[in-house]
Amino acid sequence: MLSIRNLSKTFSSAGEPVHVLRGVDLDLKAGERVALTGESGSGKSTLLHLIAGLDAADGGTILLEDTEVTELSDAGRAGLRRDRIGLVFQQFNLIPSLSVADNLAFQARIAGRHDPAWSRELIERLGLGSLLKRYPEQLSGGQQQRVAIGRALATKPSLLLADEPTGNLDEATADDVLALTRDLVARTGCGFLMVTHSLHLAATLDRHLILHAGRIA
Amino acid sequence: MRRALWVLAVLLSHWRRHKMQFATLLIGLIAATALWSGVQAINQQARNAYDRAAATFGGVRTAMLVAPDTATFPQELFVRLRRAGWPVSPVLEGRIQVNGHSVRLLGIEPITLPADVGNAPRLGASDLSGFVAPPGQTLVAQETLADLQEQEGAAPPISSGAKLPPLHVLPQLVPDVLVVDIGVAQRLLNKPDQVSRLLIGKPKGKPAPLASIVGDRLQRVEPNAETELERLTDSFHLNLTAFGLLSFFVGLFIVNSAVGLAFEQRLPMLRTLRACGASARLVNTVLVIELVVLALIAGLIGLACGYFIAAALLPDVAASLRGLYGAQIPGQLALRPEWWLAGIGISIAGAIVAAATSLIKAIRMPVLATAQPRAWQQRQRRWLILQSLAACAVFAVALLLLHYGVSLIAGFGVLAALMLGAALILPALLEILLLVGQRTARKPLAQWFWADSRQQLSGLSLALMALLLALAVNVGVSTMVETFSRTFIGWLDGRLAADVYVSASDNAQGVAIRNWLKERSDVQAILSGGRAEAQVEGQPVELLGLPDHALYRERWPLLETAPRAWTQLVPGNAAFISEQLSRRLNVRVGDVIEVPAPGGTWELDIVGIYADYGNPKGQLAVNVAALIRHFPQTPQTRIGLIVAKENIPGLIAALHKQFALDDRSVADQATVKAESIRIFNRTFAVTSALNAFTLGVAGIALLTSLLTLANSRLPQLAPLWAIGITRPRLAAIELTKTLSVALFTSLLAVPLGLLVAWCLIAIVNVKAFGWRLPFHVFPLQLAELVAVALFASLLAALLPVARLARMQPTNLVKVFADER
Repeated sequence: MLSIRNLSKTFSSAGEPVHVLRGVDLDLKAGERVALTGESGSGKSTLLHLIAGLDAADGGTILLEDTEVTELSDAGRAGLRRDRIGLVFQQFNLIPSLSVADNLAFQARIAGRHDPAWSRELIERLGLGSLLKRYPEQLSGGQQQRVAIGRALATKPSLLLADEPTGNLDEATADDVLALTRDLVARTGCGFLMVTHSLHLAATLDRHLILHAGRIA
Repeated sequence: MRRALWVLAVLLSHWRRHKMQFATLLIGLIAATALWSGVQAINQQARNAYDRAAATFGGVRTAMLVAPDTATFPQELFVRLRRAGWPVSPVLEGRIQVNGHSVRLLGIEPITLPADVGNAPRLGASDLSGFVAPPGQTLVAQETLADLQEQEGAAPPISSGAKLPPLHVLPQLVPDVLVVDIGVAQRLLNKPDQVSRLLIGKPKGKPAPLASIVGDRLQRVEPNAETELERLTDSFHLNLTAFGLLSFFVGLFIVNSAVGLAFEQRLPMLRTLRACGASARLVNTVLVIELVVLALIAGLIGLACGYFIAAALLPDVAASLRGLYGAQIPGQLALRPEWWLAGIGISIAGAIVAAATSLIKAIRMPVLATAQPRAWQQRQRRWLILQSLAACAVFAVALLLLHYGVSLIAGFGVLAALMLGAALILPALLEILLLVGQRTARKPLAQWFWADSRQQLSGLSLALMALLLALAVNVGVSTMVETFSRTFIGWLDGRLAADVYVSASDNAQGVAIRNWLKERSDVQAILSGGRAEAQVEGQPVELLGLPDHALYRERWPLLETAPRAWTQLVPGNAAFISEQLSRRLNVRVGDVIEVPAPGGTWELDIVGIYADYGNPKGQLAVNVAALIRHFPQTPQTRIGLIVAKENIPGLIAALHKQFALDDRSVADQATVKAESIRIFNRTFAVTSALNAFTLGVAGIALLTSLLTLANSRLPQLAPLWAIGITRPRLAAIELTKTLSVALFTSLLAVPLGLLVAWCLIAIVNVKAFGWRLPFHVFPLQLAELVAVALFASLLAALLPVARLARMQPTNLVKVFADER
């Protein structure tokens, strides 16, 4: 479902080139759950951003199902994110001026794929039923991340990308949130690629990859 | 489409959670649109009135034939021209008094009147017979009917005793004009078979050359695109426009501040929208649509407010224009569709300009850009340098305009460049002041005070610029008005030499009054004056006859004189010239002016220049006896009397009783002076109102900036609270900081305002009105304005500071809990 070949990315820092990714190869099947770990600055988040089309690669290919992501325009990449990718961030990135209900439905609505039945199921499974009228600032970190996961899965994406989704949560809450995510990923059958620092959490997924020196070790 | 609507709904949700910010944005746009549109409405109303006046049965909008050096010519020339195929129509014009009210009388010949006389009112076929058949009609505007205190259908007498034909209202007619058949006008004005001008219609063929029919007795005058009134009043309207524009820009400062903060706060939202799959183009398009929709709503509200502002100011503006230029403006506001469209357009354009930097930033924002609130402030230093360089360039432009500019527009250009430059350089000056404060501070809290003030400066600078501009304009205009006021009152003391003024209804009554006064022991001197009209170098000039009396020699306000000027005046071959006419004709003491008079050209040596404030016409002061010799038709109806103060009431009462004169015909010096000062004050009432509006809008700009900044201030204030500084003390420090920068700004506004005043007095007034006033500084007034500005700043700072003082500790704790 996801096939990455020879992906490279270089940043410039204080005038010096920093080679973050030096030919990454990665394959992910539909329904597969993969953890990606690595040292700080190893390029984990960058890899996720390139897959999501949030940034452009310098070389290599990213094939998501039948779409070559690196060849898409900005609008094409936006469409890809809207329709086929769910994104979850460490900082939750909810829209502060929208209620929980609106945040949950937001991506599905702009994708034109709002499914009320699926939405109700998500709310129930994520335990957000009593929080729908609240605003993000009125929620705890764990609650906010559950909303972010619900928003990402509301479109039933092909691929769920999570960038340290539990980084701001305590251990128990992190376990709960990840357990919920695993269940929902299994329910939708989408691929799941999660960046994490936690070896404990990485171990709970199907496969564990380590990014080192710009390559998958 | 649905996707765009969802994005729009998300963007709009921000305003639901930030109501104050939303109100700020709307207030800014509404204030900007309202003040600009209000001023434009007034200008449009006035210009329509000039247009009507110009086009009234063939004003300067129509080509015409006039006599080169006499006011009227024989009607026989009209007959000759018609016979030769010229499509001409006669008009006779003069002034008459009706119920003590002086009005312009126009006699027309409706059958031959050209059809294409601008937007002049038209007489339909059904009205025509009523107009020409006895008893005829006197066409009158509704406003004039009210001024004359008459009813439609009445036939009031004029001062000579003759009766006007019945009054008939013609709605489109310009105020202060009565229109009658030319035969009636010739009788009423006692000018049988005389015509003032011939209006020229569209010829059917090619008529014989003019000279072959009337020789050089008539000359053709082509229609003017701009009337004399428009030319005279241009400066007044330019002045109003400048005020409107200033208020508009101050309003845009508010919009810029509100939109800037909203964009900063919405950067994470925009990033999330993009991450969720809304394309950059979609988000940017919706951002622009949102702005346009808000501008549209605010524009409509602003237009409604502008209408009310214009309606409220119009009576004062009309009084100013009547007092300064003799222009008649109807008191009821009538607006064209263009005004509404232009108002909406300016609101949308203003909103886009004010939001341009934020929009460009949003458009250029990479999707992965980290949302750093107020990151734009970090680039402050580079901006300060760029802004200061721009300010220097603008000051250079001001200097160039000052040196090379000759027009009124150049004068306003100097003013605009001066103020823009000052506004641009203000943040740099404040930065230097605050840096000096920081370097000299010793205690840690004091150091933080100065350092934090510097950090806050970038967020406040736009509001402070608005305050600087508004205050400088207030200082400048107030200084100019106060200078004018004092000069004017001093000048009035000199000009109003007599103790009692009498205006007879005609020459016969004038003779009777003079004979009666000679018999009275309480009258120390009778000073008979007179006025005549002439054309000098194509300009209308008033000739003022002065009696030869010691009182005039002592008090008449001369600016420049030749030796023994008053003695030279007596034989009748010398004149004083008004300051504005001397500038217009470029005439100095020692020059000679030729005045066309009925008996031939009258050569006058200029032996003095005098101030003649408030008179739109150029004036020459000559000996009254000489004036009557050269202009025998001069009405001898004006009489000044020297009377002991205690005898004035008795004499006035006796005049009332003896000659049935009313208050308009007899007045003592104090009454005339009080009336002149009342007119003067009313003239500047508009200026004062616009001054107050501008300062008010600047106060709102400061309030909105402080309110929008208050939220982002918590991370700076929370650590101080954590180390033991109480919330009330923090609030007091915040208040002191705001007042300090406001005080610095106000103090900088004072010299800038004085420069503005100098520009107004030495450049704009001279170009616009033709007179130059002595420059005075009024320290008490300056102190008062600085106090008002500080009070406005205090009011603006109180709300956010009060919020801080009452803030719950949990809100401050959140700063450290990373839950904000």
